[in-house]
Amino acid sequence: MTVSPDEPEVVVRLTVNGAAETRSVSPRQHLADFLRDELGLTGTHVGCEHGVCGACTVLVDGDIVRSCLMLAVQADGAVVDTVEGLSDSGEIAVLQQTFLARNALQCGFCTPGMLVTAADLLRSVPEPTREEVREAISANYCRCTGYHAIVDAVMAAAHGTEQKP
Amino acid sequence: MTEVVPAIGRSIPRPRAKRLISGRGRYTGDITARRTVHVAFLRSPYPHAIINSISADAARSLNGVVLVATGADIAQHCKPFAGIHRLFKGMKAPDQLPVAVGRACWQGEPVVAIAAETRAIAEDALDLIEIDWEPLEGLGTPEKAVAGVVVLHDKLGDNIGYDGVTASGDIDAAFAGAAVVVQDTFRFGRHTGVSLEPRSILAAYDPSDESLVVHESHQCPAQQQAVFADLMGLQEHRVRVVCPDVGGAFGLKQQLYGDELATCIIAKMTRRPASFIADRVESFASDNHAREHVVEARMAFDPDGRIRGLMIDDLFAVGAYSQYPRSSIGEASHVAALTGAPYDIAAYQARVRMVYQNKPPVGHYRAVGHPIACAVGESLLDQGARALGLDAIAMRRLNQVRDGSGPHTSHSGFVLNGLSVEATLDRVLEGFDVAAFRKEQAEARERGILLGLGIANFVELAGTGAPYYGESGAPVTAQESCLVRFEPSGQIRCHASATDQGQGTDTAIGQAVADAIGVFFDDVEVISGDSMACPSGGGAWASRGASAGVEAAVRAGRAMRDEILRLAGLILQRKPEQMTVAGRVIRDASTGAELVPLKDVATIGHYRQHLLPPGTQPEMSMLRSFVPQNQSFLTTNGVQLSVVSIDPGLGDVRLLRHRVAHDSGTVINPMLLNEQIRGGVVQGLGAALFEEIRYGEDAVLGTGTLMDYLVPLATEIPDIEVVHVANADPGTTIGAKGAGEAGTAGAAAAVLNAVNDALALIGASVNTLPITPERVLAAIDQVTREDQQAPGNYK
Repeated sequence: MTVSPDEPEVVVRLTVNGAAETRSVSPRQHLADFLRDELGLTGTHVGCEHGVCGACTVLVDGDIVRSCLMLAVQADGAVVDTVEGLSDSGEIAVLQQTFLARNALQCGFCTPGMLVTAADLLRSVPEPTREEVREAISANYCRCTGYHAIVDAVMAAAHGTEQKP
Repeated sequence: MTEVVPAIGRSIPRPRAKRLISGRGRYTGDITARRTVHVAFLRSPYPHAIINSISADAARSLNGVVLVATGADIAQHCKPFAGIHRLFKGMKAPDQLPVAVGRACWQGEPVVAIAAETRAIAEDALDLIEIDWEPLEGLGTPEKAVAGVVVLHDKLGDNIGYDGVTASGDIDAAFAGAAVVVQDTFRFGRHTGVSLEPRSILAAYDPSDESLVVHESHQCPAQQQAVFADLMGLQEHRVRVVCPDVGGAFGLKQQLYGDELATCIIAKMTRRPASFIADRVESFASDNHAREHVVEARMAFDPDGRIRGLMIDDLFAVGAYSQYPRSSIGEASHVAALTGAPYDIAAYQARVRMVYQNKPPVGHYRAVGHPIACAVGESLLDQGARALGLDAIAMRRLNQVRDGSGPHTSHSGFVLNGLSVEATLDRVLEGFDVAAFRKEQAEARERGILLGLGIANFVELAGTGAPYYGESGAPVTAQESCLVRFEPSGQIRCHASATDQGQGTDTAIGQAVADAIGVFFDDVEVISGDSMACPSGGGAWASRGASAGVEAAVRAGRAMRDEILRLAGLILQRKPEQMTVAGRVIRDASTGAELVPLKDVATIGHYRQHLLPPGTQPEMSMLRSFVPQNQSFLTTNGVQLSVVSIDPGLGDVRLLRHRVAHDSGTVINPMLLNEQIRGGVVQGLGAALFEEIRYGEDAVLGTGTLMDYLVPLATEIPDIEVVHVANADPGTTIGAKGAGEAGTAGAAAAVLNAVNDALALIGASVNTLPITPERVLAAIDQVTREDQQAPGNYK
């Protein structure tokens, strides 16, 4: 393994949350660390760094991606959207509102990944069943809620109905 | 402005959640400091091995490495510590150091610490360290540990950290005269909290005034302040511990970790901020583990199903050390305290032994000891019903502690106050047709599917009182405090000692203070998780937020209201008792007429004191505390009902339905309460079916990633039904009871009983958790394939 800081760095140019970014990075830095450490976008969380928990889920060229399983250099030229960008653009505002109203989060560590994943589901399946919601978030771990409230919140966002707590 | 309506009783969303849904949470790993060094630990690859020598020159010379510190280097800067709880006479615990010196006692124990400019460089440097190891035999099972194949800590003489008996009544006579005695040996695997945010710490030491500021993902800032100061020899008022947003804790972030203390010491040694964030693999190898019990248990019955006696022998296998500062004994003591606790049992004997072995320490995980006690007691009760051919629900009703019977001293000697076991069982069965289920079960059986119904009553020890840790010798308080400030704006700030890792404690405190003063919930801000900014108190553990934390807040809020009305009285020349605070104004108590804006009172109190009568000193903040002084625990109870289906060909257990009835006392926030219970249930379901840290007999870890260690996922879990019995706690103003343990306390037992109800259809049973497909298939293989008649346990 090459050892930094002696290792060569690679320049990456990408669009993050609509802004052009250029950074010189270590080839071994994964995208999640890049977003957090280079750009200060700490809404993307690192839970397992082996692609299982889903806390680091972001959009890369519109697809949901585990940013811990992708190197920053692989994102060269890509368009990346994180929870911060999706929040500021209002794209996930309805989901955020239903998550808040339904208490579909406790510690909040899984929440950014959960919101990005849920938004992706609602783009392809605007009116999902509870089972479809459960299936869609089945690779996003939540240790606090037991998922019930998250399913309620996604259903409320999709169907515009108030769910009973 | 609209009229103020009471905040208590409403499902108010959590203000803190607003930043968490926007990606603006502030977890420890999100906080940066200039010149931070990043710490990585070389961890023992062996469960048990002597460290003959450490060669670190190559690591030290790597560009970007700031410090390489062995255990001996780190030990120069702190005292050793031992997790003794003095309430438990005869308890033995070995001394620990933050980083191993001379010998490693579990696979994953820190051995060398490296601080570097980046975590990546620190990890690179780990690869350059050479250690001359001399592997020793490892103790990987409770039986091997208790047999003393190897004595782990010479000074202790054996591996037994505690051996104690709790007894009441004539146990021999109870068993001798029994119509039926059932017995079983239950095994509970090791699991862990798997907080999604790993353990994280950022420590900054200032040598100019010998002060230490620590940001730590932890539940108990005041305790950590005391512990860091004591062990590092610092003055406690110069140590500040801030627990910002915490990404899941569950008891996992409640005690001291050697690697976290070492990070504080590295900050002192390097005179630079030091950051350590555990990765997932080292989390599995070094986070507190939970459970690991082998319980031999017997229950004796009269012919009518009355329980005559209960005997348990709990072999509780902790790791190489007892956790500090609270110790690891609480889990076993709760098993002794709670097994069979929902019932009147005349004769009881519980032996608990805590044994050391070569694994990471077992600490406190949500519902400490409760799931073990509940599973053992409730399974034996079902087995008794099966043996006697009686209805297990009727048997529960026959034996339950009666509601409204006042303080009840249990067979384990605990005073259980205001239980509602009868009411919660009735409530959980409302809308559940047992007869219809039996019909459905028979129909499914025709299709080759085994359905099962399980019920589990439980008693909870929540809201720990003064005696339990008061006697322990540890710097742990059961007291909570709240400072309420009446701000110049007329709005309210609360500084609470109770902390919030997502439970909603901050919100509940805000609701309580809003009502105590009479202001809008939105005009109250709650600050917590900072040992400097908040009064000293317990933090978050054992479901204390809604009981002790809220009680302190209510008392502070009422005192603040009284002072506001006193000042208003002086300003308006009226009697304080004839006025009320109502939102943003003060009103005449009888006519409701608006008298003065609250903000005007605040303005005079903060800026225009000369307008007050001579000699008046306004008090613009109030601090109040609360501790359950003479009770070891505030107690409550609940029951869980589970319906499962088993495919006998595959052995997999599907959860079809799960229902909880809980006595949470007065409900402060129904939504947050229900979500606490649901989340707890699902952690209990993980323990029941999925979660197991596997070790070989030699104590080598077999589950180091989330690919091997299974946690419940959205597709595996049904919606969780939650209903309540609101039986107010008599010991506090509001009467709210703890609810954080409830879900975890009874979930696994309900599933175990449901699985055995299903397996009874073919004469099989399981007694080991988690109930994996392998274990179900092994249980089915053990019985003859002849079709046996179902006893139909719950009628």
